[in-house]
Amino acid sequence: MQPNVISLVSIGRHPQSGRARRSEQDARALELGLKLSGTNLRVAHAGNPQDAVLRQYAGMGLKEMTVLKQSVEVDVIPSLRHYIESQSAQIALLGVRSESGESSGMVPYILAESLGWPIVSRVADIVSVENGIAEVLLALPRGQRRAVSVRLPFIATVDNAAPAPRQTAYGPAQRAKIDVIDVPEVQDELRVNWSEAPAKPRPKRLKVVKAKTAAERFKAATAKAQGGSGKVMSDESAEEKAQAIFDLLIEEKVIR
Amino acid sequence: MIFDWLPSVLIAIVLMLAVVGAVRRISLWRAGQPSPVNIIAGLMAMPKRYLHDLHHVVERDKYMSRTHVATGGGFVLAMALVILVHLFGVDSKILAWALLAALVMMFTGAIFVFKRRRNPPSRLSKGPWMRLPKSLMTFAVTFFVLTLPAAGILPDGTGNVLLTLVLSALILISLGEMLFGMTWGGPMKHAFAGALHLAFHRRQERFGGGRSTGLKPAELGVEVHGVSKPTDFKWNQLLGFDACVQCGRCEAMCPAFAAGQPLNPKKLIQDMVVGLAGGTDANYAGSHYPDPQGKGREPGSAKGSPTEVITAGLVDAETLWSCTTCRACVEECPMMIEHVDAIVDMRRFLTMEKGETPNKGAEVLDNIIATDNPNGYAPGSRTNWAADQNLNVMRDVKKAEVLFWVSDGAFDMRSQRILRSFVKLLKAANVDVAILGDEERDSGDVARRLGDDATFQNLAKRNLQTLSQYEFKTIVTTDPHAFHCLRNEYGDFGSDALDNVEVLHHTTYLNRLVQDGKLKLDTFKGGTVTYHDPCYLGRYNGEYEAPRELLRSMGIEVAEMERSGFRSRCCGGGGGAPITDIPGEKRIADMRVEDAKETQADLIAVGCQQCTAMLEGVVEPRPEIRDIAEILVDQLIEEVH
Repeated sequence: MQPNVISLVSIGRHPQSGRARRSEQDARALELGLKLSGTNLRVAHAGNPQDAVLRQYAGMGLKEMTVLKQSVEVDVIPSLRHYIESQSAQIALLGVRSESGESSGMVPYILAESLGWPIVSRVADIVSVENGIAEVLLALPRGQRRAVSVRLPFIATVDNAAPAPRQTAYGPAQRAKIDVIDVPEVQDELRVNWSEAPAKPRPKRLKVVKAKTAAERFKAATAKAQGGSGKVMSDESAEEKAQAIFDLLIEEKVIR
Repeated sequence: MIFDWLPSVLIAIVLMLAVVGAVRRISLWRAGQPSPVNIIAGLMAMPKRYLHDLHHVVERDKYMSRTHVATGGGFVLAMALVILVHLFGVDSKILAWALLAALVMMFTGAIFVFKRRRNPPSRLSKGPWMRLPKSLMTFAVTFFVLTLPAAGILPDGTGNVLLTLVLSALILISLGEMLFGMTWGGPMKHAFAGALHLAFHRRQERFGGGRSTGLKPAELGVEVHGVSKPTDFKWNQLLGFDACVQCGRCEAMCPAFAAGQPLNPKKLIQDMVVGLAGGTDANYAGSHYPDPQGKGREPGSAKGSPTEVITAGLVDAETLWSCTTCRACVEECPMMIEHVDAIVDMRRFLTMEKGETPNKGAEVLDNIIATDNPNGYAPGSRTNWAADQNLNVMRDVKKAEVLFWVSDGAFDMRSQRILRSFVKLLKAANVDVAILGDEERDSGDVARRLGDDATFQNLAKRNLQTLSQYEFKTIVTTDPHAFHCLRNEYGDFGSDALDNVEVLHHTTYLNRLVQDGKLKLDTFKGGTVTYHDPCYLGRYNGEYEAPRELLRSMGIEVAEMERSGFRSRCCGGGGGAPITDIPGEKRIADMRVEDAKETQADLIAVGCQQCTAMLEGVVEPRPEIRDIAEILVDQLIEEVH
C-alpha cells in the first residue's frame, strides 16, 4: 500500500544571483515523494500563495498543491504541524535546510518534536515502505550510505545525494491548482526583533595536504573519515565537558 | 464502334475520384490549427512562385530542373488538353497537335527521370517512386496513340475493340498514378500539395527573394504548449509536409544525418505525413534515421494518427533533439518545407509540457531562469571581462551611437578574447560605443531552440524593456545567435525599442568601418585562410559577403570549402545541440574541420563565438581557429595620436 506522504517545500535562493527559485533539497524531497506515492503526493508550503516560485514545484507534475497562507515573519511550525496532522500523513519530507530566511535547518527537528515523530536526517533514498516500516538509505560523507529501518510515521530530511529533481515544465506549472488554506498566524517573537545583514565570509581552516603519492590522495578522498583525534567524554560533569569544548575552541582559534 | 465512349468515361471517372481524394486530403490538412492566409492572393501568386522561387532551388541541380520542366510542364499542358480533346470532345486539329507536342515533351522528360532512376543516389526514396517514370511514359504513349485520330494522322475509328480495350487499361494505369495518386497519396501527391503549399505557405515572406527565418512565438497559457499531435500543427504546416517529393536533398545536407545522429529530415517529414494521414512508416522507401546505438527500430514500427502524441510511437524524442537548427534542409528543399519550425514546435511540447529536455537541457534552462545566462554565473559579474576596457555603460551615458551587445561570451575566457579584439577595433575607429553592462541578459536563443518559449519570451520582453530606456542607432554584436534574435525575433513582442535601430553583426559593422577608411589594415601573411559561415549569420540572415570582404581587405584570398555560403555545414553548436548532446557516430565539428583541411587551410576564420568553441574543440593537428575580429586586430595599423 502506498504510504501517505507529504512533501514540504520552501522558497529557495540561487547562490549566484540571489534570485528566488525552487530550493535544491526541497525539490529533491518532492521528487522522492513523487517516487513514493506518485500523484497521491501532497505538497504544502507555508507562506505567500502568490509566490511565482511555487509554480516551479508545481511544474514537476503536480495537479495541485496546498499553501498555508501566512506572512513571512510568522512561525511556520504550528500551521505545518496542524496540516500534517489533519492529513493523517505518515511520512513528511523536507530539505535539510532552506535556502532563505533563517536557514538554520531547525524546522524539521522542531516539527518532529511537536508532532512527537522520529526524524531521519540526510536521506538519500527511501527504498521501500512495507507493513508500516520504511527501508531508508542515509547519505554519509564521501558517497557512503547507511541502511536503516524506520517505523512510520516519521519526518525525513532529504540530502543533496538524493536523486535530482525532474525538470519543471511550464504548461503543467501554469495549470496546477493552488489550494489556499487560511491558518491562524502565530507571531515569531524572536524573528520580529532580528535585523538581517549580509553574511561575512568565514575564515577557512587551511587544508594541509599530507598525502605524498597519488594512492594516498585517492585514499584520503575516498576513505571514510577517521576519527581518533577526538575525545569521548560521557562520565564527566557538565562543567568539565563545557571546559573541554571551550579549550578546543581556543586551540582551534575559533575564539580568541 | 462499341467502346468509343470508354476512354472519355474513364477520364471522367478518374477525374472525379481525384476530386474526391482532393477533398479528403484537404480535410486532413484542415484538421490542423487555423493559420490566416490570403487564399485568393496566394493562389494568384502560385504560378510566379513556382516558376521563380521553387524553380530557383530546383535549378541548383540542372539535370533535374530541365527534366522537371519537360515532364511537369508537359504533363500539365497535356492534361489540360486531354480534358478538352478527349473529355469534352473539342474537335480541333490545332488542339490535338498541341497535345501531341506536349506528350512528346513529357515523354522526353520521363526518359531522363527513368535514366536517373536506373541507379538512384541513396538520398532518393525508392519504392513507389521507382515506377513513376514508367507511369509517366505510359501516360505519354497512351494519350499519344489515342490522340492520333483526332490530329488526323489516323482515320477516325482506327483500331479494333482490342486496341481500345488495351488503351483503356493503360489510361486507367497511367491516370490512376497521375490523377488518382495525386490526391490519394501516390508519388504525384507532391504536385497537388506542393502547388497549394506555394500558395498558402506559412512564411509568405520567403517568396520573391525575401528571408523569413525567425521562429513564430508559441502561444502561452493554452491547453497544450507546442505540438503534441499532428493536429496541433497549423493546417498549412500539415499541407507543407504533404508537399515533400522525397528528393532527399535535405538528407544530403543535414549535418546530424551525416554525423550518424538519429535524424533524417526527409524521414521526419514522411513521419509527419504518416501522422497526419494515420498509419505506419512501412511504405517509406528511403534512408531511415541513423541508428548509431543499435536500438534497432524496425521499419514499419513507427505508428501515428492525427490525434496521437507524436513522440509516443511515431518519432523518437532523440530525433527531434538531434537537430542543430542550421536550416540547411530548409535552404535546400525545393518544396520550401519548414523542417526546423516543425522540430522546434515539437520540442516546445517536450520541454514546456513534459519537462523532458535531455541531458544538460533542464540545468541550462534553470540557469537561464535564475541567472539570465546559461551557465549560472552571477549576473553581477557580466561586465568583469571589461574591467580594463574603459567602456561606457548605457546606464551612465544614456545614449550612444552604437550599442555593443556583448552576449554570453562575456563569461567565457576564450570568447572574451574576441570581445576585447572587437573593442580595440571600435576604439581604433573612434566609435561612440556603449554596453548595457550588467543590465544585459541572455538573448534567449538557447531557451527558444530548446523549446522553452516561455523563458525566451520573458527574456525578450525584459531585454526590450531595458533597451527602450536608452538611445542608440545601431546594435552590434559578435554573436550571430543574439544578432538573429534581436533582429528577427524580438519584433513579435510589441515593443518599439528596436524601431529604427539597425541590428548588425560585427563583421558587417567592421566591414563598413574598413570601407569608410576608419580602420587601416596591414596585409595578412599567415598562410591559407578558409572561412566558416555561421548558420545564424549566413543562412538565417544572408550575410555571406561582409566577412569575406573584410578578409579580402587584408589581402586574404579565401580558400573556399566545398560547402560554403548558403550550403555551409553547421559547426554542430546551434539549436542547443551541444546541450542536449545526442550521440552519433562522429561529431559535426570534426566533419567541419575535415572540410577545412581539404582546402589546405592554416587558419579557419570564424564569425561566431559558438563556432569558435565548437571548432577549437576538435583535436589537433588542425588549422588554427580565430574570429575575424581577432585576425583584424593583428593587422591593425594603429595611428599614434
